[in-house]
Amino acid sequence: MTDFNSDMASKKSSLLVADARTQKRNKAEARFRAYGLAAVGVGLLFLVILLTTIISNGSSAFKQTFVTVEVFLDPAKIDKKGNRNIEDLKKATTFTYKPLIQQGLLDQVNAAGYNHPFEKHKAMGQLLSASAAGQVRQFVLDNPDRLGETVEFRLIAASRVDGYLKGRVTRESVARDKNISAEHFDLVDQMQADGLVEKVFNMAFITGADASEARPEQAGFGVSMAGSFFMMLVVLGVSLPIGVAASIYLEEFAPQNWFTDLIEVNISNLAAVPSIVFGILGLAVFIQFAHLPQSAPLVGGLVLSLMTLPTIIISTRAALKSVPPSIRDAALGIGASKMQSVFHHVLPLAMPGILTGTIIGLAQALGETAPLLLIGMVGFIATNMPDTLAEGILSPNSAMPAQIYEWAKRADPAWYERAWGGIIILLVFLITMNTLAVILRRRFERRW
Amino acid sequence: MNDMRIMERSVETNDIKIAANKVQVFYGENHAIKDVDVQIEDKTVTAFIGPSGCGKSTFLRTLNRMNDTIDICRVEGDILLDGENIYDPKVDPVQLRAKVGMVFQKPNPFPKSIYDNVAYGPRIHGLFQTKADLDNIVEKSLRRAAIWDEVKDRLDGPGTGLSGGQQQRLCIARAVATEPEVLLMDEPCSALDPIATAQVEELIDELREKFAVVIVTHSMQQAARVSQKTAFFHLGNLVEFGETGQIFTNPSDPRTESYISGRIG
Repeated sequence: MTDFNSDMASKKSSLLVADARTQKRNKAEARFRAYGLAAVGVGLLFLVILLTTIISNGSSAFKQTFVTVEVFLDPAKIDKKGNRNIEDLKKATTFTYKPLIQQGLLDQVNAAGYNHPFEKHKAMGQLLSASAAGQVRQFVLDNPDRLGETVEFRLIAASRVDGYLKGRVTRESVARDKNISAEHFDLVDQMQADGLVEKVFNMAFITGADASEARPEQAGFGVSMAGSFFMMLVVLGVSLPIGVAASIYLEEFAPQNWFTDLIEVNISNLAAVPSIVFGILGLAVFIQFAHLPQSAPLVGGLVLSLMTLPTIIISTRAALKSVPPSIRDAALGIGASKMQSVFHHVLPLAMPGILTGTIIGLAQALGETAPLLLIGMVGFIATNMPDTLAEGILSPNSAMPAQIYEWAKRADPAWYERAWGGIIILLVFLITMNTLAVILRRRFERRW
Repeated sequence: MNDMRIMERSVETNDIKIAANKVQVFYGENHAIKDVDVQIEDKTVTAFIGPSGCGKSTFLRTLNRMNDTIDICRVEGDILLDGENIYDPKVDPVQLRAKVGMVFQKPNPFPKSIYDNVAYGPRIHGLFQTKADLDNIVEKSLRRAAIWDEVKDRLDGPGTGLSGGQQQRLCIARAVATEPEVLLMDEPCSALDPIATAQVEELIDELREKFAVVIVTHSMQQAARVSQKTAFFHLGNLVEFGETGQIFTNPSDPRTESYISGRIG
């Protein structure tokens, strides 16, 4: 036929040999895959580094050193009137108990024949936490009939002793420390060999309250966990109904005009507002103007609700949008009203998306620190677990991230360990919530 | 086109169920339906045919005010259902749609059980007293939609688990369960295979005994097979409306003839 056709025929190539173009394409694809793998690899590497750092720094917070001490509960000192009246017993302060404990420990050490230079019982006090006396006093108030007996107590060790067992404090580092000396550590070594000093799992860290700056060994995370919990209750109660109602209205009922467009743009903007701005807004509006209680989880929850609302609204609208319009048509075609079609058909189908968005919004709020600083939910605030729901919501408290921030800025390295431990607990919560979101989505997802 | 069975079919005249006078539909600036006058008779299948985008589906959706859900859509003119203007401001479209049911192009059962799909309409309209009543309605509707025998053992199974043809018949059962007076069908067979199509067509013919049926279709053979009256739409105009046999054998407008002989479309 023509030249053109014969030309083509002569250039006919084999399928078994990749031509230059194909080779180039394949190389480009292989390169792209390598980039992708490298990116995933770097991400995983950072995740591993992060997790190992957190766990290696924080896991020691879950162990605490205790000292076993036999204390003679001397009635002559504790109950001077001798009538075992509980009101009179309460008048004996921790200063009464301190020497008893220290004397008990000294006697015990001497009896065991440990090698140490200490003669006065006061020197023993440096091995024990300042909270030890309170522990013994509480025991006496609970069991006044045991006065006069010698009772064995397991008391919290001082944070320096705890640090020594955990490797944080060394003999060199205490050379100029007036709280403790290297000789104390020699004694601790001997006591540890006999099991009088031991490191055990520290339940009080998970359940307890924050402690004053001088007693890191006593501080716990539990009360701030309760603070976070009550705050999340408020966030859920406020932002879920408002967010879902707003999204349904905007997505299903609102007319398309400049006003709804404006609202839409501003919801997206709100999602990008820095959290500290919400904090100062909460301070001005909820505390200074509305006079809600300062530092209360109620205010914290309201502020975090403002932050969570855009997240919930955006994800709820996306979930509603993803419900096929044919379902709405089907309901309307049978004679369902707009509201019936939304509540009977669209909303159940959008539910997994709404739940996922809500849980992710809550998880975000759970980790938020900055707004809490401004409304006073930071610092050593609550010393006890709240007893009732109302107390939990209204009485001053801290929250997990604020507690971590508070610990991290205190001077003693013992606090550093607590802060890492707090981060582990916070991460466990966040991972649990995100897993819950995935499970809910899987479970309620329906096909159409 | 060679299917000439229609010639033998007797066409008796029935009461007029829906009368449309000078209906105009606008989508924003776009004039989608121009000056349409149509009388839809009771107990008759009326087919709307025409090329894509000619406005036949749009017009169908004006008959039960489904276009209300589209913000930019505007309807002018009168549409009378049993002499009452359905675009009267006093008319609640929800009440209207209970009387004028609709079956859509794509089968769209609710992601619920087969039973709940059919029972949904009676439930929201309160058409029953006891559970037994509802069971009766569901069975009757499924029987009417010729799907009862296939699903009677799995009424609790999901409606979305059925085949395409079964789903569409389930949607028809769902539509007839609310006891409508008119049934609108928007290309009900376009997503179905020939066997399912034949079943649905047979069904349409049976439904004619109770309702006025309006069907939009792309298939001229289908219009010829199932309908007694045919309306041909072109570019938003109703070009010709008459008895099906006459439209297909002896159209009066040259555009109709071009379309059914395959020259435009």
